[in-house]
Amino acid sequence: MAEGLSLVAGDESRAAYSPAPGAAPGAPLPGARWPLPAPPGPTLSELFAASPRDAGWVGFLLAQAKRSKPLLWVQERMAILESGRIYPPGLGSMELIHVEARDARAALWAMEEGLRCSGLSGVIGELWGDPQVLDFTATRRLAVAAERSHVPCWLVRLGGTANLSGARMRWRIASGPSIANPFDTRAPGASAWDAELFRARGAPPGHWAIAHEADSFHLVAAPGGGALGEVERLRA
Amino acid sequence: MPHLAVERWARSSDFGPDDPIVLTVEGTHGLLIHAVTKAAAERGARAGARLTDARALDPSLVAVPADPQGDAALVQRLARWAGRWSPLVEMDGEDGLRLDVTGVAHLFGDEWDLAADVQTRFAVAGLSTRVAIAPTAAAAWALAHYGHASALVCTKDTGAKLADLPVAALRLPPEANRTLERLGLKTIGLLAGIERRSLARRFREVDNPVDALDRALGRKPEPLTAVPAERPPRAALKLEEPATHPEAPVQALDRLIPDLVRQLQQRHLGVRRLALIGFRVDGSTAIASVATAIPSREPKHLQRLLADKAAALDPGFGFDAFALQADWAEGLASAQESLVGDPSGEQEVARLVDRLSVQLGPEKVRRPQPLESHLPERASGWANAVSSLRGAKATKQSSGGDLDCFPRIKSGVAMTGARPQRLLDRPEAIAVVYATPEGVPRRFVWRRAVHDIARVEGPERIAPEWWRQPSTARLRDYYRVEDQAGRRYWIYREGLIGDGRGGLPEWYMHGLFG
Repeated sequence: MAEGLSLVAGDESRAAYSPAPGAAPGAPLPGARWPLPAPPGPTLSELFAASPRDAGWVGFLLAQAKRSKPLLWVQERMAILESGRIYPPGLGSMELIHVEARDARAALWAMEEGLRCSGLSGVIGELWGDPQVLDFTATRRLAVAAERSHVPCWLVRLGGTANLSGARMRWRIASGPSIANPFDTRAPGASAWDAELFRARGAPPGHWAIAHEADSFHLVAAPGGGALGEVERLRA
Repeated sequence: MPHLAVERWARSSDFGPDDPIVLTVEGTHGLLIHAVTKAAAERGARAGARLTDARALDPSLVAVPADPQGDAALVQRLARWAGRWSPLVEMDGEDGLRLDVTGVAHLFGDEWDLAADVQTRFAVAGLSTRVAIAPTAAAAWALAHYGHASALVCTKDTGAKLADLPVAALRLPPEANRTLERLGLKTIGLLAGIERRSLARRFREVDNPVDALDRALGRKPEPLTAVPAERPPRAALKLEEPATHPEAPVQALDRLIPDLVRQLQQRHLGVRRLALIGFRVDGSTAIASVATAIPSREPKHLQRLLADKAAALDPGFGFDAFALQADWAEGLASAQESLVGDPSGEQEVARLVDRLSVQLGPEKVRRPQPLESHLPERASGWANAVSSLRGAKATKQSSGGDLDCFPRIKSGVAMTGARPQRLLDRPEAIAVVYATPEGVPRRFVWRRAVHDIARVEGPERIAPEWWRQPSTARLRDYYRVEDQAGRRYWIYREGLIGDGRGGLPEWYMHGLFG
């Protein structure tokens, strides 16, 4: 039984077959490996959640996280109230230090302290809305600190607008319809994301629908098409 | 304090003083009387007797369970309080305190005044006492328990004072007492008159009455058991004149830290909790204290931790002295991490945790500490990072060095279903359209927005922990759902229709998947 199921769970089940409607000619086909546009070294990246009630970006970050060293995860109090506290059993095995910050100022301070410590594998900070203290100077400070200590830093904005920022990479991440579940067609499968890189240093911006499998990102059918499950059903 | 148990009980009860009350403890063959009130004692109840025997004498006795642990805690509190008379206080048995008052009595007048003071202050606290002051501890015990008055002072001629007391006053085991009584030696005076060799032959080494007598008369030393604790590492600085400048504590800190670090190095210790105490001129103190996640004696780190808090100390009328004290120190062998002297990653992280905890509060900086539980909100416990960093490391190393976030969940609870990456602290009620009674959800409203469910997986049924929760707790059916936009949530239905634990089941939003 299990063997039969695992056959269906093969590599192909991930990919859709037709290129996304409106995709540029010459664009890579869905299912291809997608290299994560990465800055030359660890730096500050800003990430906007499409909505506070969408936690898809967590999976996107965790897929990139290195798990060799502890990770510092700073959450502002409002972020915890609005979109939940991180839940270690769902994060996989990693060493984690969680900071609950009273406000944005405390969160930014904790992030900067963390960035001075080279024993961390990364710093993730969640801020709610558009706080006063989060201006160009504050983000620039984070970027410089991250580059100096070679610790990647992710500034996650929940319910915020993309104003002036010193971040090197700026992402907007939304959940996309998950890829087909090989064991149960009615159940959600592995996560897929609709990732938009709208500002980047040293990389062209872009908009992709991606999923993560076996340590690399892959393209899936374009967002909004919703064709993945249907294609799977047609194939089956 | 011969009536400690009864008096402590009487302070918190509404029985009158003349009611015949006995406090009881569980014995091997039924209830034993632990302590009696005066009225009960007049009716024949005795401590140590069986309750049934005492009831046979007087059926009107009221039995109340005793609280020996509470009594012991009270004695411990009183022992600390008795530090007002002497620095060396020892708990003696269940209801006694032993104070070394050598060279102390003149502070209160003389020995009689001291004894009177002790009795008065205990009486104010509602406790009757028998006080005896004698040259030896054993003699004081004998006089306090078997003396003819409730306060006795015996400065010399101990032998004569003890002569009339029964041999039980020597604090021998009951068998030894019985043997002595069979021999006709009822008082200490008689015992002292017997030739030592003939007496010593009849007893074992430990309960030898000759030894006990020697101890009481001061011929043999009685070792002191109250050992003063080792002094914590401490550096002090006295100022010529009181300083009110806010910079003063920080400057004092800069001078004190090298001194303290030197002491720590000599004793191979590292600080876990450190306090800077500022002594004000008006006799009050101000304290700034910090804690560290792993023992440390790195001057820069300690300075950085304490500097902010030190600057915030209120000088009042001015500080005229400072002390830096390591309230809690742990062994820290001198070690060189690497040739170039860069601190290791682990140390760096520990220092980061210290700084964050000092600034934000130790309860805001935490590490996951999983529990073996199926209830999602219970399974992910959190522990203050500043106190648990070390333990987590130790567990990790013992489990083979892999980076396992859940060292304690190995074989016990199998993580069955998928778990969300985020959990709401408090599940939020949602309105759900679903096929009753146990169908899958089709659509739900969370925070005033409608989510149409595209895909669903479940239920994963999690039963309440009946050994912890009330019997009305309902089971939960968890569903992993994905709405049309692809957002994925963890929702649950609490209860079943007709499970007898409430009305229609409610639905809740509990977690978000990434």
